[in-house]
Amino acid sequence: MTATLPETAHEPAGKYERLIQPTRVHGSMYTDPEIFAEELERIWYRTWVYVGHVSEVPEPGDYVRKNIGPQDVIMTRDRDGEVHLLLNRCAHRANLVCDAPSGNSNSFRCPYHGWTYRNNGELLGYPYNKGYGGKGKVELGLGRVPRVDSHQGFVFGSFAPDGPTLAEHLGAAAGELDRLARLSPEGEVELTAGFLKHRTRANWKLLAENETDGYHPQFVHGSIFSVTGSPIGALYSDNSTAVTRDLGGGHSENDLRPEFRRFAEPMRWFGTTEAKVPDYVARMRELHGPAAEEILIEGSPHVMIFPNLFIAEIQLFVIQPLSAGECVQHSTAVQFKGAPELNRRMVSQCVGSVGPAGMLLADDTEMYERNQRGVALRDPEWVDIRRGVERERTDENGFRIGTATDETGMRGFWSHYRNLMEAEK
Amino acid sequence: MTASATTTELDLRQVEQFLYREARYADEHDYDAWEALWTDDALYWVPASDPDADPGQRMSVISDNRSRISTRLKQLRTGKRYAQSPPSNLRRIVSNVEILDDADGAGEPGDITVAANFVVVESRERGNETWAGRTTYRLRVVDEQIRLAYKKVVLVNHDRALPTLAFLI
Repeated sequence: MTATLPETAHEPAGKYERLIQPTRVHGSMYTDPEIFAEELERIWYRTWVYVGHVSEVPEPGDYVRKNIGPQDVIMTRDRDGEVHLLLNRCAHRANLVCDAPSGNSNSFRCPYHGWTYRNNGELLGYPYNKGYGGKGKVELGLGRVPRVDSHQGFVFGSFAPDGPTLAEHLGAAAGELDRLARLSPEGEVELTAGFLKHRTRANWKLLAENETDGYHPQFVHGSIFSVTGSPIGALYSDNSTAVTRDLGGGHSENDLRPEFRRFAEPMRWFGTTEAKVPDYVARMRELHGPAAEEILIEGSPHVMIFPNLFIAEIQLFVIQPLSAGECVQHSTAVQFKGAPELNRRMVSQCVGSVGPAGMLLADDTEMYERNQRGVALRDPEWVDIRRGVERERTDENGFRIGTATDETGMRGFWSHYRNLMEAEK
Repeated sequence: MTASATTTELDLRQVEQFLYREARYADEHDYDAWEALWTDDALYWVPASDPDADPGQRMSVISDNRSRISTRLKQLRTGKRYAQSPPSNLRRIVSNVEILDDADGAGEPGDITVAANFVVVESRERGNETWAGRTTYRLRVVDEQIRLAYKKVVLVNHDRALPTLAFLI
């Protein structure tokens, strides 16, 4: 899309400083293939990106196909227990070495000429080796994501050989993963329910912005809230005491705890009561003593971790961009180690809500796809993100917060995005 | 339609007529008629990556018991289920209908298991989608009417990224 950009009268601003302003974003940010190509280089192939969870490769030899944007990545666990992120590309002629979505194997054999790799990426062998002067003469291996690190079992990868650490990247968002993990009686999240893959004809940033947009639920999801009598809508009403928080680093959350504390009912965050999940609640009280009440009342986070991991209480989403106008949403139910009673309920509730037929996410996705068509229209050119800017304030920890329905999270997303896109190469 | 007194006496023609009717109700968004086909122990299941997995422990595209079928249809009837507002234009072909030996013994005694292939063309503003797969049905005669106790739809692309699937498949 081309459109006339506003001239900056005083100082020559960078391209992204013109396109991304404090309270509005230019429509071309969602449609321009050149911008998408720059995003791949400056964000997806540089910063820390969520890839998978250690519970998806619990045993040595386990592997699972994952991705970083359009890149096909194999997450493996080697015989020493170390997790690797390998590129699914033979070092010889670039054929794909792994077909299965997951499995257990200590090696990958390329079907084209039979080159074989250990599951840590090392080249094991190649047929008719005299053509290479014998065994062990070729100094090649599978490509790899050079930096791999994890927090609470959530595995992130960065294609940049150096740069901020994962802890620096996550910042305050790390505490949200901690809050999720402490809901497990064994302190561990497991992602063992498999993923739905929802193809979405929209730019990935429309999804990232929407994840902590508390303004839309009453409208987009009014149909399901009305027929189920769901209390979720009230969490995002004008009267809600919940807040939207810019966690820095492009991360943001809808902090619903003020609402849950107001009711002070264990398991209300999950839309149930303790009587429905007695074994789980008993185990948590046994483990944490009086501190269990706070955990059971405050529940799970609703957090968007830049650029691609979204946790909405019991649902987990991974955003995979494919082009300026297309992405895939991968979604699953959070599972807690040691909580079988809760886990089945979480799968059931999550299946009803997310994915291509989900009673929540199909409607979100309809909005993304409608938006994608809208941003290509010529006028008024800009997408507005000013909601709540006048009433935004700084909380006791120095984070910007707005009310439950304010666009504070979006502004934080775009501020960090712009820094990354304008950074020196 | 009037069926014979017990399910096992249903012939292929009666079964086909029932499947075509169910397909027509779905194509034409006749939610009341479609809902009335289901028994109380219904399961409407569209598995995702692993069609043999336990739907209680693995993610499915759809896994609706009778209560959730009702919720899904109530949402559609609001007219504000945006993924189906306006509703998709749909037509489907149901073919290769076979009455199978009910080996797994699920459901009630006398239920019969039927399988068929299907192709659906869906038209929406965003474009056309072609959906295809194999459906397994479990049918039961209740008060001389054929009813649907189970419908499992395995899409040919169940393990791929799917576009929004908000109509009744």
